Amino acid sequence: MNVSDLTLLELRQRLTTVGLCFGCGPFRIRLRTPVAPIAELLHDLYAHYPVYSELGIDDYRVKLDWASWSRRWIRPIVRFTADGPAPFTDVPVLRALPTLEWGTNWCIATRAHHFLMLHAAVVERNGCGLILPALPGHGKSTLCAALTHSNWRLFSDEFGLVRPEDAMLIPLPRLISLKNQSIDVIRAFAPSAHLSPSFYGTHKGTVAHVRPPLNSIVRMNEPVKPSLIIFPRWQSGALLNLESIPKDRAFMLLATNAFNYEVLGELAFNAVAKIVQNCDSYSLVYSDLTQAVQAIDELAHNAHD
Amino acid sequence: MNWLTMHMIKSPAHNARTLLINAVRFPETLPQLTLTDWDLLLRIARSKRLLGRLHADLSRLELLESIPTAAAAQLQAAHNLVHHRHTVLTWELDRIIWALKEIKVPIIALKGTAYVIAKLPNSAGRFFADLDILVPISRIAEVEQKLTERGWLKTQLSPYDDRYYRLWMHEIPPLRHRERESEIDIHHALLPRTSRYGTKLDTMMLFSESYLIKNSQVRVLGAQDMVLHALVHLLLEGDPNEGLRLRDLIDIADLLCHFGSTPKFWKGLLLRAQQLQLERILYYGLRYSQRLLAVQIPNSVLQSLTQSAPKLPIRWLMDWLMPLALLPEHPDYPKQMAMFARWLLYLRAHWLRMPFLLLMRHLTYKSWLRMRRTQRHVEIKPQDLQQL
Repeated sequence: MNVSDLTLLELRQRLTTVGLCFGCGPFRIRLRTPVAPIAELLHDLYAHYPVYSELGIDDYRVKLDWASWSRRWIRPIVRFTADGPAPFTDVPVLRALPTLEWGTNWCIATRAHHFLMLHAAVVERNGCGLILPALPGHGKSTLCAALTHSNWRLFSDEFGLVRPEDAMLIPLPRLISLKNQSIDVIRAFAPSAHLSPSFYGTHKGTVAHVRPPLNSIVRMNEPVKPSLIIFPRWQSGALLNLESIPKDRAFMLLATNAFNYEVLGELAFNAVAKIVQNCDSYSLVYSDLTQAVQAIDELAHNAHD
Repeated sequence: MNWLTMHMIKSPAHNARTLLINAVRFPETLPQLTLTDWDLLLRIARSKRLLGRLHADLSRLELLESIPTAAAAQLQAAHNLVHHRHTVLTWELDRIIWALKEIKVPIIALKGTAYVIAKLPNSAGRFFADLDILVPISRIAEVEQKLTERGWLKTQLSPYDDRYYRLWMHEIPPLRHRERESEIDIHHALLPRTSRYGTKLDTMMLFSESYLIKNSQVRVLGAQDMVLHALVHLLLEGDPNEGLRLRDLIDIADLLCHFGSTPKFWKGLLLRAQQLQLERILYYGLRYSQRLLAVQIPNSVLQSLTQSAPKLPIRWLMDWLMPLALLPEHPDYPKQMAMFARWLLYLRAHWLRMPFLLLMRHLTYKSWLRMRRTQRHVEIKPQDLQQL
């Protein structure tokens, strides 16, 4: 059963009582919230996630609550918690969804140390696992959204989960978060993309979320071997430039990009070494999304041969 | 069974504490837990920072394969984090030895660091955030000077807080290396200078009983002193929110089990508690290790400690407060009473920390600051971000 199989009323009832237990990649998340307006958004954006039984071992218990009784009615604000003290400041109810998404990401980033977490988007096509590590603002999510709507399977736009034992990539198909101009870029590039309304005035500017396509969620338990690493960078007006990166440099770039490389120590070293050995690495500077997707398609095609 | 007993057995808090205590005492029974039990156990163990401990026990018993995969994954994540902390803090200690090499000062590692380098059983899976060392009080200025020359930075404190540390406490304000994030606490005694308990002892007494770790230049406290220090840490250094730390009591239980098999240990412990005037602390420590974690303590020891027991009403009060503050609650049903118990014990710890007039002066100053709405400095350490 998926979230879309619940009626809005049933979803609301779960959210306000035992919580909605749903699966996202390897994780089981229990979400509880009495904040009514968000249920409708979740019904739409979380539609494809499988609903799990309420009995089970939760990886993350997240909660979005009214910050206080009075602030429920007057300029309402909400508070994110995850079985502990609130990690962030309270936000107006209009920005509840981005906060829920960041909060859940925060939970994963601070706790999922059984995986090596690359700060990277990951997609797959025909068994070719592509890692797109980048700094914030380098257009990683935008490129990921574009690829996801060009026959690539979404693994994640933010967390490249790597299983340290065998260096396989693990899908974590969370909502893709687009910022500012990228929202219109993706609307134009992929009219079929299912976007949330825009949320204005967050600490990252305007934000909108893309719902992961059904296929990427149905196949979220199928890991893939990494075959290609591309370090993307969007630069206004730049000509497409694709350059091969030697393995030693690729290793350093990938290792320093991970969220928890130090925490995993030797495990992380071995995993990154294995990935870099198996992958061709490139840097990609681009301004035109269509060109970039085409160049990546060609690379993947050649890598596969 | 009467109604009251039935009610207590069925209460969520009872369920929660039974789960955790049984998990710590009988890890071999963990594979029998249901998914729902695991879910609750993991939540409680996380809040008490005991996930690493569960992993260590199950790994030693080779039972990690026999528990649900989702539970094993969370324990593995905790294990990786704990392992990382051990590496980081062992390295920090190595750097401290390097920095202090020239001045040839004896260094005793305390608490978590000591358990790790002495390879004591309670170090397995134990999470610790800071590094604690003890140096002779006569050398402390020299040590601080040398460390600041070699890259450690002093914590930015208000002049009042700085004075509070230096004049009244048993440690100087923490130092932090400018590149590495680990915080180091440098002690010159086990108890605050102003404390009601304990002799105003010369730390050299602790040094004479300490011993050097093989292939290292660091010492650890003698067995008895180590136990007494763990007790002081549990009973006299409270935190109003977290309450008394169950993991500190578990440390004590582990140390008692480990050293307790040595014939002369118990006699030495009594003697040492007497020398350091910590008999009352030892009385409480042994009482609650026995009551809450069923540690085996020789009868003769308990007998000779009865004279250090507090008066009956105080004993009743402590018997009621200690389990409330130490044992876990059900996270979905927090109890007001437990919060009250924690607050009372925190007050008690402060009461014992300094003489009445000094405490009043301290509290008046602090509340005056609060009334002036001076923003307290809130610091987020990387290890907080990586909490289990």
